[in-house]
Amino acid sequence: MSAQELLSFADDELILGWRNSEWTGIAPFLEEDVAFSSIAQTEIGHARAWYELAAKELDADADSLAFDREPDEYLCAPLVEMRMAGDWARTIARHWLYETADRIRIHVLLNSIDREVADLAEKIDREETYHRMHAEMWAERLRDEPAFRKAVDELWPYALGVLPEGQRPLLCEAVEREEGEAVERRGHTEELRPLWEEMTMVRRSVPGASW
Amino acid sequence: MVTAERVWEALAEIPDPEIPVLSLVDLGVVRDVEVDGERVHVGFTPTFLGCPALEVMREQMAERIRELGAEPDVEVLSEGWSSDWITEDGHRKLRDSGFAPPSGKAPATLVQIQTGAHPCPYCGSTDTRLDNLFGPTPCRSIRYCNACRQPFEQFKTL
Repeated sequence: MSAQELLSFADDELILGWRNSEWTGIAPFLEEDVAFSSIAQTEIGHARAWYELAAKELDADADSLAFDREPDEYLCAPLVEMRMAGDWARTIARHWLYETADRIRIHVLLNSIDREVADLAEKIDREETYHRMHAEMWAERLRDEPAFRKAVDELWPYALGVLPEGQRPLLCEAVEREEGEAVERRGHTEELRPLWEEMTMVRRSVPGASW
Repeated sequence: MVTAERVWEALAEIPDPEIPVLSLVDLGVVRDVEVDGERVHVGFTPTFLGCPALEVMREQMAERIRELGAEPDVEVLSEGWSSDWITEDGHRKLRDSGFAPPSGKAPATLVQIQTGAHPCPYCGSTDTRLDNLFGPTPCRSIRYCNACRQPFEQFKTL
């Protein structure tokens, strides 16, 4: 599997993990505070595992792939970049759309001819089951809320952009929506740079230090 | 010279960094031990990928092997860990400390919200409910026992 593909998975999980962690301490109630913090931790664990595989291909190290690239070099989908802490309906809409898309992507990877990729996908798939259960429970609860429906409409083109074109019909089927124009992975929103500045601040403060 | 048996015994003395009633052997993360002269190879599968205890576990195993006078070689296996690998002893130790052991792996994976599948570690009642799928570490959920009115931590099935 190409390093670029591995990096796109890793970047999605790292950036979304970061965004999810922004709910720590301010979620609507304590259970969700714990849930989003735990989900963030697992996503970042998955990012690390993908970075480690990419690092082997590129003869680099996982930390430097995660933190030493310029914002423009990240390959994450725009869906994961947006800051949503404080807006529960949007957060759940993204969570549900992303987890659904991610399931489709991971299930394709289970059959990868690259053994390491298939093994890692299998491991991640089992852990993600818990994220999906959480996302589906919330999507079910908010399904008829205008704020949630509006957020799903807004984010739908971004959700399509998480997947390569060939996998998009599966997403349409899963969430019962028509395929439309996608916001592709090639570009970034303006929200990535401030996140990157915060995320890499300590590391950039003493380049090359061992932490 | 160190034997594989001696290494297993030594590893069975290392507490899990986050659930110290369990040893790394109880937890089922040590998959195999091979002794080759001065060198001890340990095959290890961490629990959850995001588990911050991973590095601590690795370092503690290496340290213990060095104490036995051997050279450690701890390999992280690509095979995924399953909660089915927690030993019988491990289940007993978890229950004794008020911590519900994982239920067996179900094909549907929705085991976590099934009713009746999760007995309370304090009173044994199966009248328990899921409070939160997520808990203080990636491997735990929070449940509540309606019979004895005690919240408890439930090891996730993975």
